[in-house]
Amino acid sequence: MNATAAALPSREDIPSALDVAGLALMRDLRLAFRKRDEIAQPLAFFAVVTTLFPLAITPELPRLREIAPGVLWVAALLAALLALEHLFRDDARDGTLEQYALCGRSLTWLLYAKTAAHWILTGLPLALVAPFAGMALGAPVHALGGIVITLAIGTFALSLIGAISAALTLGTRRGGMLLSLLTLPLAVPILIFGAQATDLAMRARGFAAPLELLAAFAVLGVTLAPLAAAAAVRISLE
Amino acid sequence: MSELSLRGENLHVWRGERHVLRGLALSVSSGEVLQVTGANGAGKTSLLRALCGLLHLEAGRISWGGRDVREDLAGFHASLAYLGHEPPLKADLTASENIRYWVGLRRRVKSPDIAQSLEAVDAPGLGDRLVRTLSAGQRRRVALAGLLLLAAPLWLLDEPTTHLDAAGQQLVGRLIEQHVRAGGLAVTAVHHEIAVNSERIRRLELARG
Repeated sequence: MNATAAALPSREDIPSALDVAGLALMRDLRLAFRKRDEIAQPLAFFAVVTTLFPLAITPELPRLREIAPGVLWVAALLAALLALEHLFRDDARDGTLEQYALCGRSLTWLLYAKTAAHWILTGLPLALVAPFAGMALGAPVHALGGIVITLAIGTFALSLIGAISAALTLGTRRGGMLLSLLTLPLAVPILIFGAQATDLAMRARGFAAPLELLAAFAVLGVTLAPLAAAAAVRISLE
Repeated sequence: MSELSLRGENLHVWRGERHVLRGLALSVSSGEVLQVTGANGAGKTSLLRALCGLLHLEAGRISWGGRDVREDLAGFHASLAYLGHEPPLKADLTASENIRYWVGLRRRVKSPDIAQSLEAVDAPGLGDRLVRTLSAGQRRRVALAGLLLLAAPLWLLDEPTTHLDAAGQQLVGRLIEQHVRAGGLAVTAVHHEIAVNSERIRRLELARG
């Protein structure tokens, strides 16, 4: 049991890349459930913003229905941005990222796992809560499924793209402002296509086209974002 | 097991505007301890971080087993264990969860192994406690338990005795001694040399640059 050169782990003791990523994912989920207020924060923000609109503009459902897609998406985007700051910051502070970079496994996969965990904890709950906010804004029942799907894919793309900016701003002392500035331009296409898809869904028209564009962004994020984030994390560790 | 060696030649490291390490050379082999001492700001941490590849080398070369580490960085990382200033532990996980998620990246660990390693660092019974409820010294011991389980031949330890009581400091010396006797290598960065009962101690004193 002593750590010796002679007692290097044997080959079957070494977990596969997928096991390692799964372990990192489970770790983040378990941590998040110990600190539930951090999950609740973006959700509360989203709920408050979407319920303030009817109070501020008009309680008439037909008029609210006009602005509902925009309100839902802007609120979701800002809530997701709010949560991005926590993506890597805590792990950078306590040396976890250092250990990730030094464990001899692919940092890209580990960051991918972290980003996936982040989405499960922020984007997915937002997408699941959105139908209730949508109904409060006059969205018809047939559109609720569309709202969930578009927001789920959109926030996934956003988490991935945001991971790059979150990693890039790790070295700065107060990165929050910079993080938003860096992420917003990249998030605008997601906002446009997402809001459009939701709008079409609410008018009971086909929303496949903007949804596919959203999915294309997500695929682009899946393939490229963790690579870029890993490079940025390595720089921040210097 | 073939003889392992870590060698650094002509190492130059800059931290911002400061030229911290100027043409440093070092060498450690299986069974040896290298104790790096020096005043605050002399570059002990920078040296350790450069050795494990976290810091960019402006010039120079680090070789592990005779091969430049840049040829196989992942393989080099898999054979080293780096312990920085702060133990890499999450306050909201228990001690054994922390070890499982940390060591688990390298090798499969089972609960009895974790319990055994916590006993080896005189911290039995801490396994189920949240790290936020542990004292700084207890956290350090938990990190040492993780270090043991990593089973890496090369230890790079930055101030491993910080926050430890007298018994804990002796424990660190004993662990390093066992590690090198079994053929491992250790590089420690310390203010005061750690008492290690071994004939094969090398010393490197860094002057403030």
